[in-house]
Amino acid sequence: MDTDKTKIQSLIDNHQGLKKNLIAILLDIQENFNYLSPESLRVVAKALDMPLIDIFGVATFYRAFSLTPRGKHMCLVCMGTACHVRGGPKILEEIERKLDVAPGENTKDGQFTLETVACLGCCAIGPVVVVDGEYHGHATIRKIGPILAKYQKPEAS
Amino acid sequence: MITFRMNGLDVKAEEGWSVLETAKFYGLEIPTLCFNEGLTPHGGCRLCLVEIGEGLKTKLVSSCTYPAEEGLVVRTDSKRVWAARRMMIELMLAMAPGSKVLQDMASRFGVTQVRFTSRNKECVLCGLCVRMCAEQMDAKAIGFQKRGLNRKISTPFDMRSEECRLCGACMYICPVCQLRCQGPNAEGVLCNGCLTMDPSCLDHYDDLQCWMYDAGRCGTCVREKT
Repeated sequence: MDTDKTKIQSLIDNHQGLKKNLIAILLDIQENFNYLSPESLRVVAKALDMPLIDIFGVATFYRAFSLTPRGKHMCLVCMGTACHVRGGPKILEEIERKLDVAPGENTKDGQFTLETVACLGCCAIGPVVVVDGEYHGHATIRKIGPILAKYQKPEAS
Repeated sequence: MITFRMNGLDVKAEEGWSVLETAKFYGLEIPTLCFNEGLTPHGGCRLCLVEIGEGLKTKLVSSCTYPAEEGLVVRTDSKRVWAARRMMIELMLAMAPGSKVLQDMASRFGVTQVRFTSRNKECVLCGLCVRMCAEQMDAKAIGFQKRGLNRKISTPFDMRSEECRLCGACMYICPVCQLRCQGPNAEGVLCNGCLTMDPSCLDHYDDLQCWMYDAGRCGTCVREKT
């Protein structure tokens, strides 16, 4: 726990402990710990001399932040207009069935977190599935299995 | 001194006054909900909308946040303003039908229907409690959370906050916490009970002779309108 606190403190110090860098600090914590724990928010509040509620408001406002631990791999499915028209909902359904998880939740083994996004800005290659920042364009129901398998057993490949 | 026109009247405002403050100074009534003199203006309820500009280039702005400007032309009760106000009351009623303040406002502005599905959130996100907590009580225990449909006001993690002293100022200032009176349509989204009632004492005595504070306001002598 104490090592976490010093880690968070060093992340805050990286941003000179300035209030205007709150979002950058939270993003760093999110990246390092995979989520924003209540303790980490309290540490940030104390270090930046800001009310906890303001930090909590920012943390709940942006989709990039998560207050519950996320899975190892982040799986984003685009539900934007272009992807929707090209069958995004069906792709999502297939992933939901394959991973047995609802959007916004983690799989039971903690491997995947499934999220929907409104648009990723690459409508030309829709429908798009993004896993760990890697874009998989022109997704079809058939391609879903191999894509997920690639991340499910990284040691085997 | 800033001079501008309000409802065809030349008015003078001091530097730093908002349009709403100027209107109050001159006795022009603008309805407000999220405004309180002791707190910073929020501009959230949109009930204090006024129309500014002339001709085809008019626009609606919230008077509580709009600063008085030299040469401004303001109308506080135009058709467009009333339509916008009615719409805002309707929207807020759908969010919190249990509020007496909102029900009274609906009767006053003639809102006789609510065309939106009732959400029963019992909060219109006016932010009065948040500002009260931060500015007057200096606690900063509650605030806005999440966004869009899920936006709400609460303490961090929805738990009892260390900053909160249970002073109750948030409840004191809340326009929704005061429950509506039990009129003829207590279960419905819209009450409008006051629209069908008529103070009967006014027939016998002039309003000056009503020995209650305000004629008809007390409700002891109301009868149904014929």
